[in-house]
Formats: sequence, structure tokens, C-alpha cells
Amino acid sequence: MAVDEGLKIELGKQGVLVTSLQELYNWGRRNSIWPMQFGLACCAIEMIATTMARYDLARFGAEVFRPSPRQADMMIISGTVTKKMAPQVVRLYNQMAEPKYVIAMGACAISGGPFKQGYNVLKGIDRYIPVDVHIPGCPPRPEALLDAFITLQKKIDGQHLTGEGRPRHLDAEAQGEFPVPVQGEHDLEPASNPGVWTVPVVIR
Amino acid sequence: MASSPYFSLAVLFVAALCFGLTPLALAWLWAQVYSPAKPNAIKNAIYECGLESKGDAWVQFRSAYYLYAIIFLIFDVEAVFLLPFAVAFTGLGLAACLAMLVFVLLLVEGLAWAWAKGVLTWA
Ligand code: SF4
Repeated sequence: MAVDEGLKIELGKQGVLVTSLQELYNWGRRNSIWPMQFGLACCAIEMIATTMARYDLARFGAEVFRPSPRQADMMIISGTVTKKMAPQVVRLYNQMAEPKYVIAMGACAISGGPFKQGYNVLKGIDRYIPVDVHIPGCPPRPEALLDAFITLQKKIDGQHLTGEGRPRHLDAEAQGEFPVPVQGEHDLEPASNPGVWTVPVVIR
Repeated sequence: MASSPYFSLAVLFVAALCFGLTPLALAWLWAQVYSPAKPNAIKNAIYECGLESKGDAWVQFRSAYYLYAIIFLIFDVEAVFLLPFAVAFTGLGLAACLAMLVFVLLLVEGLAWAWAKGVLTWA
């Protein structure tokens, strides 16, 4: 059923548009990513700047920041995730409708950043939820966030509707729940979600 | 049947129904085939900015809030009526003055009552 790429271009030159359901679906999805309106720390300021006229996130169809996870497709973890905030972040991620994507923006969201040694900062949100795109920087410039968007769009474009390795939302068997950590005596419990991230063994 | 004056209306009505229902049906079909629902307890929980919601949303507010309403009436609505009264004061007759006095006294009575009840001491 698949139409050869070269033939498609040839037909396009003749004014014939050939597409597949999957392409149409992904084209629609990647151009209407609605992010969740949710900022955590200084990186959020850059995220806000990205939506404004100068950088204009609307060019990618992603300017509709939603105030509710029920209407959002993507979560930008824009800033420091403290251990107090982490359960809320994970719960919000859970409450988003499938398909959902995550961009970890900035050093803090990736690894704890400048506060990595702090007692109350989570060392990377990918311990609890699957992150699609990481952007380094402290803070990343708006261009970097735009780059993350484009990367995510490419990722969505490449997703298959059926078969092995199809995304979670198309797979009836795939788990959709990501346990929310609770405040333990000294740390969040569990310290990570083993289905998402395994704690590396430190060899001394 | 086709000669009935309402026939074209019926056709248009059916067409309008299809116009609305077809996209819905297609979306439903798409969801059935491609997008299996993944409900779970966390996802279906009430959205409260990421926090767990406590208690019930169906709570009763204390009826004692009517006191605020009365005080609002005294301080706010009174000012609204007093302003035109003050502007036109020099040209007013005795009857108008008396009517205004009754109005103000009624509100003063409410104020005195609220005062006596201790509403003015903000806890
Ligand atoms: S990465 Fe830097 S700019 Fe971003 S939240 Fe952390 S400290 Fe702030």
C-alpha cells in the first residue's frame, strides 16, 4: 500500500496529491500541539518569551497554551522541579489525555541543574515520566525551545499507527498510568519509576 | 411525495443532520480503531492543579454571609444615592429632604444593628 517516495514527488509535480491515513493523521497532530500552561522556574520566562511575537510559537501551531491538562497534548517542564512539586507534575502528566508528549526544558528539568546537589531538587523529571525531547541550557534560548518543538514534530511525523513500536496511545496493551511519588521520610518514594528510568549503579 | 412543498425541506434537514453527525461518527470510529481509552484512577480524578482534591465540591456556604451583603448595601449603595442628593441639595424641597432622611435613617438603623451584632469587628 505504501507509495514509493520518489513516485509521490513525481505525482506531486503533476498536481496529484498522494497521502496515507497515517501521514494525514500525523500531519494534523504535529501542527496542533497544544502545550499545557505550566511554568516552574526561570526557564518558564523563556518559554513565555517563545510564545510572544518575536519568536512566535504560533508558527508551529503550538500557541494555544491550555490551562487544563485535559485539553493539552504536551507538557513543557520549564524549570526546577522540587521534590515538593514533583508529585504534582507527575499527577498532571497522568491527567493529560493521550497522546501526550513532554519536553524537558533546561538543565534543571533534565538533571537538577545548578541545584543538583540540593536536598530538595529532583534530579531530572525523566525519573518519573517519559521525556521526548531534552533541551540543555540555563536557561535555553527561545530558539532552543523552537528547536525542541521541531524535533518533537519530526518525532510525531515518524510515528506509525500500527505494528510493533507504535506509540503508547495506539497500543491497547501499553500502560497509561505513571505512579505518583509520595513524600517519604527523607526522599520521594519511590525514587524513580523503574518503567521509565533505572537508577544507575554507582561502582566505586 | 416528491410533489409535497415540504419535500425539499426534509431533504435539507437530513443533509444538515448528516453534516453534523458524520464527523462525529468518523471521530468515534477513529477512536474505536486507533485510540484505545486508557482510563485510570489518577487520570479520572478531579483536576485540581495537580493536587489531590479533598472533600466534596458540594459544600454549603454559611448563610451568615448575608451580613456582608447588608453592609455592602449600607456603605456602597448609600453612597450612590447620596451623591445625586448632595449635588441637587440646594434646589430640593422639604418632601424630598424628608424622603432622603427616611432612607438614610433606615440604613443607619441597619448599620447600628450590624454594629451591635459585632459584625464590624473583623476577626
Ligand atoms: S535551568 Fe537554569 S534557568 Fe532553567 S530553571 Fe534551572 S536555574 Fe532556572
